[in-house]
Amino acid sequence: MDAKRKQQVVFTAIKTMSFLVVAILVIILGFIFINGIQVISWDFLTKMPEDGMLKGGIFPAIVGTVCLIFGSMLFAFPIGVLSGIYMNEYLKEGPIKQFIRLMTDNLAGIPSIVFGLFGMAFFVNKLGFGDSILAGSLTLAILAIPVIIRTTEEALRSVDKTYREASYALGATKLHTIKKVILPIAFPNILTGFILSVGRVSGETAPILFTVAAYFLPKLPQSIMEQVMALPYHLYVMATSGTDIEKARPLAYGTALVLIFIVLICNLAANIIRNRYTKTKK
Amino acid sequence: MKKLFTRFQEIVLLVSGWFTSIMVLLIVFFLFKEGIKIFGKKPVEEGFVMAVHPNNLVNSISPGMCKDIFDGKIENWERLGGRSYPIELATLEDIGSLYTEEEIGSEMEHLDSCFNDYINKHEGALISLPKSAVSSSFKGKIISVKKISLNSFIRGIEWFPTSKPVAQFGILPLITGTLLVSLGAILFALPLGLACAIYMAEITNKRTRSFMKPIVELLAGIPSVVYGFFGLVVIVPLIQKVFHLDVGETALSGSIILGIMALPTIITISEDALRNVPVSMREASIALGATKWQTISKVLIPYSLNGITTAIALGIGRAIGETMAVLMVTGNAGNLTLSYLKPIRTIPATIAAELGEAPAGGMHYQALFTLGCVLFVFTLAINIYINFVTKRRRM
Repeated sequence: MDAKRKQQVVFTAIKTMSFLVVAILVIILGFIFINGIQVISWDFLTKMPEDGMLKGGIFPAIVGTVCLIFGSMLFAFPIGVLSGIYMNEYLKEGPIKQFIRLMTDNLAGIPSIVFGLFGMAFFVNKLGFGDSILAGSLTLAILAIPVIIRTTEEALRSVDKTYREASYALGATKLHTIKKVILPIAFPNILTGFILSVGRVSGETAPILFTVAAYFLPKLPQSIMEQVMALPYHLYVMATSGTDIEKARPLAYGTALVLIFIVLICNLAANIIRNRYTKTKK
Repeated sequence: MKKLFTRFQEIVLLVSGWFTSIMVLLIVFFLFKEGIKIFGKKPVEEGFVMAVHPNNLVNSISPGMCKDIFDGKIENWERLGGRSYPIELATLEDIGSLYTEEEIGSEMEHLDSCFNDYINKHEGALISLPKSAVSSSFKGKIISVKKISLNSFIRGIEWFPTSKPVAQFGILPLITGTLLVSLGAILFALPLGLACAIYMAEITNKRTRSFMKPIVELLAGIPSVVYGFFGLVVIVPLIQKVFHLDVGETALSGSIILGIMALPTIITISEDALRNVPVSMREASIALGATKWQTISKVLIPYSLNGITTAIALGIGRAIGETMAVLMVTGNAGNLTLSYLKPIRTIPATIAAELGEAPAGGMHYQALFTLGCVLFVFTLAINIYINFVTKRRRM
């Protein structure tokens, strides 16, 4: 076989495999969409679960997940952005910066179940928050912070040097330059990181298993010290340990679809912002 | 005043900058603080001791032996280095049924004499009794149960953290389970991921690439519990059917799902590595008359090998730590096996499945934290390795 012919064969194989990857995604999404769309209705989204979770809706789980997203972002976004600013604008290259970066990478690499363990030992038991929205949000926040730091750093790094120099030349201080010049320019990209981490936080199950998630709690939370249901945990429960797993299947498909929908929206929004921003910059 | 405010803002920045480092240290502290407690403890039920007949030669017993005795696998003291007597087991419940309520006493105040009586009558006795029943008049010989050591923890082949009277904390099956699934995942994901990366970086046009990129990102964004659910309703029955198994929840199902989950990591990082190869390398190869595939296989892949190893390491890291999907599709049986067609149990899945039922502060709870430590060390090692590789690449 000559080289040309060999290339043709190999490239066909590679192409097939690549489309297999696309096919996997299409199959997963399609499967859940087709099975899930049948149960999605206004009632499903806005009603309490009934009859041992075999009927009714997933409203409290949606509310719980929204609470957790807000709660975790309340902590993670400011800390992540500030940390990113510190890393990129204040710290010079050197051992300290390397150390912090290594630690951030490590934090990002820690498995989510370890966050769950830590959240349980620290927030739930040590600080005495109990199983609560507060404890769950804090646990999720720690998980989201490395993502936000990284995107913030990248966003800041991509701001052109001339902006900084122009601002300094006008007599602005460093802090003033960051606040008034650099952050506004980098904001769309920082926002992308924010949206992506919302997507990540909304789907995480392991960290909330022991810090907030309730098996079955058909009411809305009244304070941040209460347990809530959450979509990913609800899906897990319905898929594996409900009263009647077969009967609960349709509802599980519906819950999975809602979860995927949230992630899809986040990814789409992040992509749109990224594209628009990169176009206007040019 | 303004200067003070500026200073304050800078301090806030500084603190935030160190936040992740502080968090990592806190996590390490709390994880290891709980996790270390398990070592040096005896895996017997809280407040209980084991005793034998005073003439018995055996002085100490290992947790594993103890379990074998209670499971009926060891039936004679000879196997443990004692005289040849059949082992006669008695727990608190047995005593309760052997002796009348009068003999034991309404408040169990005569419990000690009942145990005394039992041990005197049975030369092959092995009893598990509450510490409160051991009085100065107790005739039996208290034998020590070997403490849990790092060695017995890592090499122990049985994980029965709640079995009584002696719990088993051996994590070898959990470690092999975790590694087995992760290895399978990489074997599944690497060829697919690498092919996809090559296709996106080198072969296809910009339009197809801009269509595939978001798909890969989306694949990364799907929550693990959804993957687990998909695996449970599609992959598990499929595996069961194809291989004619009794249960479809196997290491193979876990590997496939984890492989799909590791795909985005492998694709993204390998693609970046391939794209970072200088154009001059490509041009030189083409100028020498090499075909595109020869350039890719002989020049680009060797050149970006570091990046590809990083991708593999990160993929393994993700697979090792993945919890929910694995929990849902691998069957969670603590088998020590190397077969892909048997149910297995991984470290993260064990933590997720058992922490809810382990009372805080108990040995089971601590053992799960120790598992967390093991997991942490695994991922830390992978991270440090990646750090090392990327640094070498920069140089």
